[in-house]
Amino acid sequence: MRNVWIICRKELGSYFASPVAYILLIMFGLIFGFFFWNALGAFVFESIQSQMSGQSFPMNLNEWIIRPLLSNVGVIGLFFIPLITMRLFAEEKRTGTIELLATSPVRDVEIILGKWLASVVLYICLLLFTAINFGFLFKYGNPDWKPILVGYLGLLLQAGALLAIGTFISTLTKNQIIAGAVTFGVCLLLWVLEWVSGYETAGWARVLAYMSVITHFESFAKGVLDSKDVIFYLTVIFLGLFFTARSMESLRWRS
Amino acid sequence: MIKVTQLTKRYARTTAVDQISFEVAKGRIVGFLGPNGAGKTTTMRMLTCFLPPSSGTATVAGFDVLDRPLEVKKRIGYLPETPPIYPEMETSEYLQFVGKLKGLSGADLAKRVDYVCGRCAIADVKSKLLGKLSKGYRQRVGLAQAIIHNPDVLILDEPTAGLDPKQINETRDLIKDLAGEHTIILSTHILPEVEQTCEQVIIINKGKLVATDSVRNLQARARGAESVLLEVAGRPGSFEASLVLQKLEQLPGVSRVLCKEQMDARAVFEVESKKESFIRGDLARAIVQSGWDLNELRPAAMSLEEVFLQLTENETSTPEEKPAEVQAS
Repeated sequence: MRNVWIICRKELGSYFASPVAYILLIMFGLIFGFFFWNALGAFVFESIQSQMSGQSFPMNLNEWIIRPLLSNVGVIGLFFIPLITMRLFAEEKRTGTIELLATSPVRDVEIILGKWLASVVLYICLLLFTAINFGFLFKYGNPDWKPILVGYLGLLLQAGALLAIGTFISTLTKNQIIAGAVTFGVCLLLWVLEWVSGYETAGWARVLAYMSVITHFESFAKGVLDSKDVIFYLTVIFLGLFFTARSMESLRWRS
Repeated sequence: MIKVTQLTKRYARTTAVDQISFEVAKGRIVGFLGPNGAGKTTTMRMLTCFLPPSSGTATVAGFDVLDRPLEVKKRIGYLPETPPIYPEMETSEYLQFVGKLKGLSGADLAKRVDYVCGRCAIADVKSKLLGKLSKGYRQRVGLAQAIIHNPDVLILDEPTAGLDPKQINETRDLIKDLAGEHTIILSTHILPEVEQTCEQVIIINKGKLVATDSVRNLQARARGAESVLLEVAGRPGSFEASLVLQKLEQLPGVSRVLCKEQMDARAVFEVESKKESFIRGDLARAIVQSGWDLNELRPAAMSLEEVFLQLTENETSTPEEKPAEVQAS
């Protein structure tokens, strides 16, 4: 456990010593800020409209702003996750520092967990930016905080799963660009898999749709904690890290 | 300290290391010698548990590299060919990270970091970014990281590659300095380096062990007899090199005399003895008794370079006559 923490600290150090972390934070903050501003604008416009037409119906902040925005965070994250994970192993393989890690008295599992954990922590930093925006809603409105918490948990699990996949892909190459591009492709595919359920109800389509990372987020966005979805994400995390370990092992046998 | 038996590494198409066996005693400094692509790095990687061997065994301090990798790794300091540094880290930060990885902590860690900084002469770049350091400093930081946990065994892969002559000398001195505390294996394809720093040599070529012995024995074995260089001087005008040559050739035990250089009243000869006869004393006496001056007399050690070429050529020209696999003393 101590070793996991050492590796994790080192990875976070690398993120924040280089401009990588700051650029990701700034870009994410800008993009999400725009989404938030837009959603707020639409909300205000709608509520004025409904008042003008005389038939005022209660508009819910959670339903109108927070739920769609949380789903949007997932989509924005899709673009950022490859940028976070692509260097994890590819960079160490390129510069040869992987030899230092692999010849230190540390288990492969500890290296992998440490690196994955660091990527999760960086993602949490990104999520904190969104929390600032939601903070304004609490200042001027009265949204329900419990569904928000569940939504964040869902985002974290979803990102954890995609980050684990990205970590795995990063062990396959020395080239960061390749690792990033493949990770992006895989994440995007996992995202759109559920489209098949729109026109097909056969068994294979249900399986594909089930594998999609987005279908499992819907319940979280609504504020519902469904154990089935939690287990799905945890399984993907486990599989991703398991394959990472296998890949590291095969690295030794092949190289 | 290190025991390697029948160690083999096969890749899909090639055999990088082919049934190598050798032993290294505690506290020794051993040169791992071979042309590029001979399998030096692969062997070292197997010793450091980076690569698993295809067959055969290797033990470090009694622990097998396959069965007890963590125990082996704790006892090994490894400097790969390119120092494994993170360019975005500061020197002291990096050393602390490596120290923690190797299991150090707290006051112990701080003490070791200070110690290796002093030992490797990198104290003045402690707070500099590693990416900004010169090649020589990087190499020294690499060495510092290898010795930070005071390992029993140090494995250095071409520690002087790419350095300028001054840095090479400094690095060699440092390595020699470390030899007392650690058992060191260093690989190189530069022969004088082995002559200067190592006590024992392991020569491999194309993945096969060619020879393992002490430096002196190897030099002696390659020729099998003593060879002496001597400079003789006489009175100007009356000195004749051919006379000296004659005199030397008549001595018992001398097999061949060569006049290498002749000046006004001086001449340099290379005298080779017959096998297993010791002639230096006789030579000196003969020259002085004949009225000449003996300016210089020194053994003309055959350079490892020649030994190496001879050994590796033997391997290719007469495969049936395997070079004796002398056990390291």
